Amino acid sequence: MNAVVTESLEPLIAELCSRGFTVVGPTTRDGAIRFAEISCAAQLPVGRGDEQQPGRYRLTERHDDLVFGFAASPDSAKRYTQPPRQRLFRMREGTVEEAETEAPRIALLGVRACDLAAIAVQDRVFLGGRHPDPAYRKRREAMVLIAVNCAVPGGTCFCVSMGTGPKATAGFDLALTELSDPHRFLIETGSDQGSEIVAAISHRPATGDDVVAAEEVSRVAATRMGRQVDTDGIQERLAGAHDSPRWADVASRCLACTNCTMVCPTCFCTTVEDATDFTGGLAERTEVWDSCFTLDFSEAGGSSVRGSGSARYRQWLTHKFSTWFDQFGMSGCVGCGRCITWCPTGIDVTEELGCIR
Amino acid sequence: MHPMTPAPYRVRSRRPDRADTVTLALRPVAGLCPSFLPGQFTMIYAPGVGEIPVSISGRARSGGYVQTIRAVGAVSGALCRTRPGDVVGVRGPYGTAWDLPAAEGLDVVVAAGGLGLAPLRPVIRELTAHSSRYGRISVIVGTRTPATLIYPGELARWRDRYGIDVQVTVDHPDRAWKGPVGLVTRLIDRIVFEPRRTFAFVCGPEAMMRASAAELVRRGVAAGRVMLSVERDMKCGVGRCGHCQLGPLLTCLDGPVLSYERAAGLLAVREL
Ligand SMILES: Cc1cc2nc3c(=O)[nH]c(=O)nc-3n(C[C@H](O)[C@H](O)[C@H](O)COP(=O)(O)OP(=O)(O)OC[C@H]3O[C@@H](n4cnc5c(N)ncnc54)[C@H](O)[C@@H]3O)c2cc1C
Ligand code: SF4
Ligand code: SF4
Ligand code: FES
Repeated sequence: MNAVVTESLEPLIAELCSRGFTVVGPTTRDGAIRFAEISCAAQLPVGRGDEQQPGRYRLTERHDDLVFGFAASPDSAKRYTQPPRQRLFRMREGTVEEAETEAPRIALLGVRACDLAAIAVQDRVFLGGRHPDPAYRKRREAMVLIAVNCAVPGGTCFCVSMGTGPKATAGFDLALTELSDPHRFLIETGSDQGSEIVAAISHRPATGDDVVAAEEVSRVAATRMGRQVDTDGIQERLAGAHDSPRWADVASRCLACTNCTMVCPTCFCTTVEDATDFTGGLAERTEVWDSCFTLDFSEAGGSSVRGSGSARYRQWLTHKFSTWFDQFGMSGCVGCGRCITWCPTGIDVTEELGCIR
Repeated sequence: MHPMTPAPYRVRSRRPDRADTVTLALRPVAGLCPSFLPGQFTMIYAPGVGEIPVSISGRARSGGYVQTIRAVGAVSGALCRTRPGDVVGVRGPYGTAWDLPAAEGLDVVVAAGGLGLAPLRPVIRELTAHSSRYGRISVIVGTRTPATLIYPGELARWRDRYGIDVQVTVDHPDRAWKGPVGLVTRLIDRIVFEPRRTFAFVCGPEAMMRASAAELVRRGVAAGRVMLSVERDMKCGVGRCGHCQLGPLLTCLDGPVLSYERAAGLLAVREL
């Protein structure tokens, strides 16, 4: 492991800013940890923790000085890799103008291992197929990912079951592990750009003790998963469970509010909105996030294909854990637990998966 | 180019087929029109209104696409109201094709329900152009009323000029109708084919396809030799919006044309 140690994140943030990156990191806002633009380390949520349970999220005081003492937050990298609204093109009197891709140079600070896995899923969806998305590629290439290895997984996390965490192993430019006594950050590099950034800030080489301490953080975190899933044969199990009575049971609790899909870092479904100016000479098209929980999401011959809530929940869960493999050769779930925490009625995918046979 | 950006196409000609259906010939404003395989579709954009999938029903003499559209809603309505000279957006062609090579040397049954004849038109044109490659060729068509039948002139020409067995049935006959009445599946009794050496192309409403395919299979046609075209609303056509999912399939990429062998299980699941 090629690792170094810094005492503070201030030089790192300053270096990223001086390289022209907009640094986006965790902050406390609206009673939650939210991603926002930051310019100094003091804006990070020092000493804040969180409590996450099905349908429950609370910020807590930690009584220590950990900067990353919380788990996955409602925002994920999806907000930056696949913005909630994107203009696609304009059409004016027989000509088509493709929208300029806005690809701000963002340094995303505090990306968790599960979210790196989610970005890998999105890369597969948007770049891996027959119709790669150049705008997505441009945004991804303009982005620097600074991961944080989780120290305190949340009550709804199950990345260990999904094989995606809690330690970041790939897909980052830099990965931090926060260590205590004394407070310091072990930094691993994962790309040339990451190495350049580290080379430009003051640091010292990691000692054997630093490395052991960092390994211990990830080892302990792995034993503290709030949830777990038996993924053995899960794809086949769900593919054969169309008639499970559990779908009706979960549908009786599901409000079809779409929260789970909005917070999910891999859910990529979109719809389009069309608009014209008053003269009708200019038409504009925008792609926006959509959700398979809405009634009109899937139609054929003019009527909804999945009219019942149970069919829509079945579609979502089966897609995440089964048909995603058919379509993209990987799981659509990375075990971040957001959908459990942010479901207003506390529907828990891990519990549902255990009940569906 | 972003996969969601259409190319401008000009409406070259517009032929009303029936009260609510028109056939448009569309040609790129600039450049060449990409080639297509029978069964594929394009996403057609009515500026400011929306975009819908429409099967390609032929290549226009002018070098563009021929597409037949029925006005059922906002977008299809706007497209049906376009005039020659108007510009629309077109993306594609997308999706899978009818497997014509697999039908060579076999009897061929083409079964269409309503507008399902439009995506089958390039199949029939291919069959007539190379009829020596196939065994007996039958085209059976079901339509609501005699007045909703599309391409009546072409159906007559395929029958008269190429000796293809073309049969039409209607749900609701008018006074002048002398042909069969009832579902298209009943025409399967009236055509000649050797089930074990037959390939079938089926397109129409889902219930019609399910019944026709099941009947052909019951007669002994292999499920892998029955092809149908599944319909799911599409927003992107390129595997990025999620709307067209049919179980493990993304209809826009893995379909719309599927073998009944693959589709039967999926079409049997309610609300999949
Ligand atoms: C692969 C594929 C190929 C297709 N090829 C063709 C084609 O060649 N020609 C063609 O005309 N259409 C074709 N369609 C269907 C066409 O895409 C839909 O009719 C269209 O999306 C309707 O959009 P709209 O905005 O006009 O109607 P919407 O505003 O979406 O619908 C308005 C209302 O119209 C009715 N409606 C919508 N769609 C249908 C339908 N298919 N049948 C009956 N009623 C309906 C419903 O009552 C609906 O509420 C194809 C679809 C697919 C998936
Ligand atoms: S399905 Fe739930 S746990 Fe899985 S990635 Fe999405 S939000 Fe996270
Ligand atoms: S968040 Fe919960 S209630 Fe809302 S759609 Fe998802 S499962 Fe249903
Ligand atoms: S139409 Fe968008 S995924 Fe198929």
